[in-house]
Amino acid sequence: MKNTDFDWKPVALVPLLALLVFPLIGSTSTWLTLTVAGLAMGLIVFVIASGLTLVFGLMDVLNFGHGLFIALGAFMATTVLGSMTDWTQSDQLWRNMVAVFPAMLVAMAVAGAVGLAFERFIVKPVYGQHLKQILITMGGMIIGEELIKVIWGPQQIPLPLPMAMRGSILIGDAAIEKYRLLAVVVGLLVFGALVWTLNRTKIGLLIRAGVQDREMVESLGYRIRRLFVGVFVMGSALAGLGGVMWGLYQQTVTPQMGAQVNVLIFIVIIIGGLGSTAGALIGALLVGLMANYTGFLAPKVALFSNIALMAAILLWRPQGVYPVTNR
Amino acid sequence: MNSENLLTLSGVHTHIGAYHILHGVDLAVPKGQVTLLLGRNGAGKSTTLRTIMGLWRASSGKLHFAGEDITALSTPEIASRNIAYVPENMGIFSDLTVRENMLLAARSAASERQMDPARLQWIFGLFPAVEKFWNHPAGKLSGGQKQMLAVARAIVEPRELLIVDEPSKGLAPAIINNMIEAFAELKRTGVTILLVEQNIRFAQKLGDSVAVMDNGVVVHSGSMAALSGDAALQKSLLGLAI
Repeated sequence: MKNTDFDWKPVALVPLLALLVFPLIGSTSTWLTLTVAGLAMGLIVFVIASGLTLVFGLMDVLNFGHGLFIALGAFMATTVLGSMTDWTQSDQLWRNMVAVFPAMLVAMAVAGAVGLAFERFIVKPVYGQHLKQILITMGGMIIGEELIKVIWGPQQIPLPLPMAMRGSILIGDAAIEKYRLLAVVVGLLVFGALVWTLNRTKIGLLIRAGVQDREMVESLGYRIRRLFVGVFVMGSALAGLGGVMWGLYQQTVTPQMGAQVNVLIFIVIIIGGLGSTAGALIGALLVGLMANYTGFLAPKVALFSNIALMAAILLWRPQGVYPVTNR
Repeated sequence: MNSENLLTLSGVHTHIGAYHILHGVDLAVPKGQVTLLLGRNGAGKSTTLRTIMGLWRASSGKLHFAGEDITALSTPEIASRNIAYVPENMGIFSDLTVRENMLLAARSAASERQMDPARLQWIFGLFPAVEKFWNHPAGKLSGGQKQMLAVARAIVEPRELLIVDEPSKGLAPAIINNMIEAFAELKRTGVTILLVEQNIRFAQKLGDSVAVMDNGVVVHSGSMAALSGDAALQKSLLGLAI
């Protein structure tokens, strides 16, 4: 019915990248392991980045403090899971889920609440001033990081996977870690929920319209500021959720993890086209795959491979894979 | 007299950055009439409309709508007084479909099913292109179709005041006729209309009253009929003979 001519070229990039590296890796099972790992990482990064791209698209706000919500989510997970060891030590998956699910909810609630305060006191005073936004949101993240050190201590904290989520399942010769499959499922659920909200609800319609032309949305009688606060809080909560997933993926959390992931998510939303949710998904999957392939093939190149990827994409489409029009 | 005016501007000044654009605009829009705002490029017509909508803030002066002081209200608050605005660039959301553009403007409808079907049919009658391209991305429409969508969107729900910035801009003559008929039909429904227009034929067909702007002030206001009948006045005000 709608979107009669959807632009499929960026979507094709993901399988294209996977197929291109296949001959370089040589072994099918290794390739499959790396690809699933890359997709899992990509979907986690997408969960984190999706809110950031909408915040930028809707209000033109560059939030370099987004990483704080990731770290917050991960640290909340250490607290919640740490207090539910009976459940996490069980080898029954459903008992593990009973622990992980509230950890995710608490992480989202805390990150969302801190996001609300962050928007009100740090972002709101600097609307329309990019340089100040970069400086003050980075400052906000540094303060947040220090507060995390005050509460949880400066050291690295282990975040072990619950029992039943450890280990791998074998598909042929390829070992696929169970947790990565779970991350793929959660990531797809979040993507599905976002796509549904954006395309099937009036709020989603308002967000998509606001990304294109704020002023006209206001002229139609809607208070875009309220909408923006809602999106900011939701984006922070999703970053908190992503933080739990990322922490479990790395199995350890540090107060600096937010700053580290920050670089990745900015690469992702620039590749995707600032403001585009579908673009952020493509960007996240590409970044996840690239990190895993180069980590295996040429670990020394891995560090800059994502920057190279971004540069290559911007040479092809300078506004990202799905440029948001009317900006 | 004042009670018959739906919208009044008194002594409105507007600054955009360092520029002083409006220098004390006095304008009255009588209820139930079509008021034309004429004037050469850069006279301040579009700025006047944007100031009414609160998109630029009046630095001094007062704006009243239906007896209420709206000078300090925000744009969404002004729009929710039942004022519809079509900007010069039409403000079409090109990534959204025609249907989504219409649904967005229907503030009381959460989904397409809640939109008033009778009113939609009436709008489709005025602007067949809106129905024809209902599920197409609005960005794919031609300039004339976009202009029709912009006006259709503004009237998707009954509004008290309709403000349109140059509805005939860049349109082919056949489409201008369609647009004139649509506005004439709207006028019959009793809605108050404020139009900025450069196309004098368009203005004459629709206008009841007229205000001419120059250098950020209203230099003439009166009835359209009086202006049409006075070639010398036209020449001095607009620099052209109708």
